[in-house]
Amino acid sequence: MSLVRDADLQLTADRRPFASLYSRNVRAVIVRGLVATKTSNAAIMISGFVEPVLYLLSMGIGLGALIGTVQGPDGTEISYAAYIAPALLTVSAMNGALYDSTMNVFFKMNYAKLYQNMLYTSLGPLDVALGEIFLALLRGFLYATGFTIVMAAMGLITTWWALLMVPAAVLIAFGFASIGMGITSYIRTFQQLDWVTFIMLPMFLFSATFYPLSVYPEPIQWLIQALPLWHGVELLRQLSVGSFGVMTAVHLLYYVLMVIVGMTLTTRRLRALFLK
Amino acid sequence: MSSQQRDPATGERDEPPATVPVPSSSTGQRDGPAYLNSRLVPHPPATSAAKARRFGTWYLAEQHLRGMRGYLDIVIAYSVGNPLVYLFAMGIGLASLVDANSGGGAFGGVSYLQFIAPALLASAAMMTAAGEFSYAVMSGFKWWKTYYGPLATPLTPQQICQGHALAVTIRILAQSAVYLVIVLFFGAATSGWAWATIITASLAGVAFGLPLMAFSASITVEKGQFALVQRFIVMPLFLFSGTLFPLSTLPWFLQWIGWISPVWHATELGRVLSYGYAEPGWLSALHVLYLLALAGGGLVLARRVYARRLEG
Amino acid sequence: MPQTTSRPTVIAADQLTKRYGDFTAVDAISFEVPAGESFGLLGPNGAGKSTTMRMIGGVSQRSGGTLRIMGLDPEEQGPEVRAHLGVVPQEDNLDQELKVRDNLIVYGRYFGLPLSYLRPKADELLDFAQLTDKANARVEDLSGGMKRRLTIARSLINDPRVLLLDEPTTGLDPQARHILWDRLFRLKERGVTLILTTHYMDEAEQLCDRLIVVDRGRIMAEGSPSALIRQYSTREVLELRFGADRNAGAAEAVEGIGERIEVLPDRLLVYAHDGEAALEAIGNRGLSPLTSLVRRSSLEDVFLRLTGRSLIE
Repeated sequence: MSLVRDADLQLTADRRPFASLYSRNVRAVIVRGLVATKTSNAAIMISGFVEPVLYLLSMGIGLGALIGTVQGPDGTEISYAAYIAPALLTVSAMNGALYDSTMNVFFKMNYAKLYQNMLYTSLGPLDVALGEIFLALLRGFLYATGFTIVMAAMGLITTWWALLMVPAAVLIAFGFASIGMGITSYIRTFQQLDWVTFIMLPMFLFSATFYPLSVYPEPIQWLIQALPLWHGVELLRQLSVGSFGVMTAVHLLYYVLMVIVGMTLTTRRLRALFLK
Repeated sequence: MSSQQRDPATGERDEPPATVPVPSSSTGQRDGPAYLNSRLVPHPPATSAAKARRFGTWYLAEQHLRGMRGYLDIVIAYSVGNPLVYLFAMGIGLASLVDANSGGGAFGGVSYLQFIAPALLASAAMMTAAGEFSYAVMSGFKWWKTYYGPLATPLTPQQICQGHALAVTIRILAQSAVYLVIVLFFGAATSGWAWATIITASLAGVAFGLPLMAFSASITVEKGQFALVQRFIVMPLFLFSGTLFPLSTLPWFLQWIGWISPVWHATELGRVLSYGYAEPGWLSALHVLYLLALAGGGLVLARRVYARRLEG
Repeated sequence: MPQTTSRPTVIAADQLTKRYGDFTAVDAISFEVPAGESFGLLGPNGAGKSTTMRMIGGVSQRSGGTLRIMGLDPEEQGPEVRAHLGVVPQEDNLDQELKVRDNLIVYGRYFGLPLSYLRPKADELLDFAQLTDKANARVEDLSGGMKRRLTIARSLINDPRVLLLDEPTTGLDPQARHILWDRLFRLKERGVTLILTTHYMDEAEQLCDRLIVVDRGRIMAEGSPSALIRQYSTREVLELRFGADRNAGAAEAVEGIGERIEVLPDRLLVYAHDGEAALEAIGNRGLSPLTSLVRRSSLEDVFLRLTGRSLIE
């Protein structure tokens, strides 16, 4: 290595906005994630999309044989499998994004000490947060693509519009990942994370995933319509049959707002999350 | 120049004792750690050894149950919330769709709620077992090394294994009892024998859990095996064990999943017990035998792996 | 002490403070480190050394005071400042999911360094850390000493001008420590400024041009190791053991020999210019300790004098 000279020791300040949080090097975080996946857990990563497929096979085929057809978003009767498939894709986008932005981030922060070593370099916390979110979305994209192919193989896709489910699933994942990372900044113990899982369960079961909302009394319907998962389920269900309306825009807007709120929260909480 | 005595931990100064130069202390109460002057005498080592032989498994179960107190709030929330949410979503929400479309005959004359309640109960026991017998077991050897502390006492590796298994069994029994109360609250069990589903469901938990325990104990390098178990064993067992629909509804090439699944055997037993589902007596006996064989075999295997790993 | 006045200041801390709720980990400490110096923070566990290091690296937000690293505030200009630092944290936080060589390369990517630089650099550093034959091993399979060397190699990936080392040799065997000290000397010869914390006085004596003694978040003394020993201790120390209950009593009998006496629970320390002479004087008084040992004064004695406590507890 070269000798250190006095001139090397006079630094000039960087005047960019966010200079204290961001070093324009998200790419390094993404590269690290890809190399780590290749080295350590590619098989587990790939198998992640199996769970919604199992649900689709079990409930779509097994239960579907008993239920027959149900009313789709455009009023026509569709098979039960075709009814729940977009909902399962939405749930898997939510689960994946929340898992990556809560459990995984928490583990890498407190146990693997990964962020500790990243932040002793010229990376800023915003580089790390954006990189991790990008990786979560990349994973969400792969799973959504895989699931859509399974749907097509089962004959559940009848229109090209259904391909739009993939980018929509990524948007949904983005919404949950950005909020999830903000939530993680308040988490102190693993037990608190169990509560995140605990809250996801009723949202998964109640958000018109397996049966229409009309089962519930009106106040409960309002409550569920306020929650994010329902908007995702409805959005993907509409895309799956290519039936659009005003509500399609409302669902999209809901997620765009969620991303904005989530990213604002996460950026504000970066110091609390990464710099203690 | 000064002479002073300081406590190294606090930096506080004490008065120096007056006597010079002192003979050694043979006069009973003197300063120094209380331990060296204690009047508390433990029972003889032979008694410790005898008690360890008889009650060791219970001592270790106590250790694990005390550990669970650290997350008692989530254990309780899960035990109460899980049945509420599942029974409501599946037994009422989904049931409205199923009962309207399938006609009365599909579930042997009972409502969909009654049909799935014993299945959900047994599945919950299996899922708790899947949670408690995975990371916690490996961590006992690898991360927290909780098994190595007792190993230095009169307890044996077999008891260390059994103690952990017993603690989890107690948790599953308690959780299943709570579950049953909520099932009754939903009016989803009608028979006077419904209480016995606590036992059959818990049996599903240990029949699945003890072989898993043996597997977890054999893991030396964690490479995501538990995620794979969750995805490729636990989820299929929940979804394809005649839980949400009769096993016969599945195509023939998938029905074997139910036959090997502890959840299916416990669910069928549960249906007999909770609403009098008609099944030949020999088949019920077979269910019980199968579950006992899995649990027993798992325990024998787990004991061996523990002994090999802790003493090998 | 080396010539330091003409060189620029690398680190300037003024009234630096860190509070966690009611607990004050670092209590208004001030110090300056000129370029090329090897500067130590010596103190027991929990003295606030690591917290100070974390604030210097800009990964912990201070509660008060000012801090300038090469002229910049690490909190405002974290990425800019850390681009010039190498950090060896107290606990090895290697990336367990990557192989040994990839740990170096991926870490270099965090500085935005190109692969054309990183590939040969990683091999140089593996050689420097004597880990060339472990390049493709899993981090898990390395011994404690190897992990430590890899962490240090990793901290050099960007040719840092300032190296922060938090307890660099804790947990290493004596041979591994000496290898490490040798590597650090070589870096110092290249003009790298070393900031290190330690609770080993021999390490501080070996490595530091100048150090501050820290206890409970405060600076107790400052100076070169030899100056501190001269100022706060005698040349030699006589260690005596009389047996558990007799040390305190014996202290009275020893009174007057040497310049100062410390009574520890297990032994008696007699501070004297000439230890052997002091031992002889004790024999002349008819006292017969179970064991006796004459040694040179160390920073341990300085610390005991300043705080009334041992460094290692």
